[in-house]
Amino acid sequence: MTTTSSLATARLSSRILPAFAALVFGLGLYLGTGFAWPSALHNAAHDARHATGFPCH
Amino acid sequence: MFRTIVFSAFGAGLVVCVVISALQFFTTEPLILHAEQFEGTADSGHHHDAATPAHDHGDAGDWAPADGFERRAYTVLANLVLGAAVSLILLAAMVLRGDRIDARHGLLWGAAGFVAASLMPALGLPPELPGTPAADLVDRQVWWLATVVASAAGIALIAFGRHWAVKAAGLALFVLPHVIGAPPPPGHEVAYPGALAGEFVIASLVVSAVLWTLAGFSAGWLHRRLSGSTQP
Repeated sequence: MTTTSSLATARLSSRILPAFAALVFGLGLYLGTGFAWPSALHNAAHDARHATGFPCH
Repeated sequence: MFRTIVFSAFGAGLVVCVVISALQFFTTEPLILHAEQFEGTADSGHHHDAATPAHDHGDAGDWAPADGFERRAYTVLANLVLGAAVSLILLAAMVLRGDRIDARHGLLWGAAGFVAASLMPALGLPPELPGTPAADLVDRQVWWLATVVASAAGIALIAFGRHWAVKAAGLALFVLPHVIGAPPPPGHEVAYPGALAGEFVIASLVVSAVLWTLAGFSAGWLHRRLSGSTQP
């Protein structure tokens, strides 16, 4: 592997990997707040779910 | 990079939380509480008695925040998590795309996110007040998620596709969920005064629009400030 391509790979992974981790983190929080079925979670997030139009009940 | 994204997202989440909590306090919350007064009177499958809070739809004995301060505090907490989550998703998408990240681009991405995650699914499943008859929850969640994914992909193809056929495919993705159709409700009779439903749909869409655009705007602004200070 040449220096240029390994540099390019390093730059790519330093951008793609953190962004992908952030995406998974964000989707987890989003679905956890808007979609999770456990009753306690539903009841806690109830008004926020309705106010932002998630399917509820 | 990850730290910058997370700090920006939670900072933006805080801003979003303050603004949409205030907005909900004056718009959606009074409508939800008003509708809930009628919930026990209709045969909606829920049974409330004096011992259970009006918004507890689980089995008797399931935990629910008490009405008033506690309930509002959990709503504010949920708004903080939602604000941070939306900011994380928008920043991640902007980083993956490789475009410049600032307040202006964040605002555009946020507007696109609102169309994909609120406006398009609302066409089939309008935001509902408690006590609105609706199809099976899992069926609705599946249609809602599929519609969000298809609409987001559609916007991306229309915005970033170079060939007209790619843009046409994006348009088709936009329309497809609505051709298939959302799970229909068993009826349209509601226990609460029906005009509240219209008010609630608009209020909810405004809250969602503020959530997505403000998240994009403030996350983009913060990300630019934070990454600028570490990488001159």
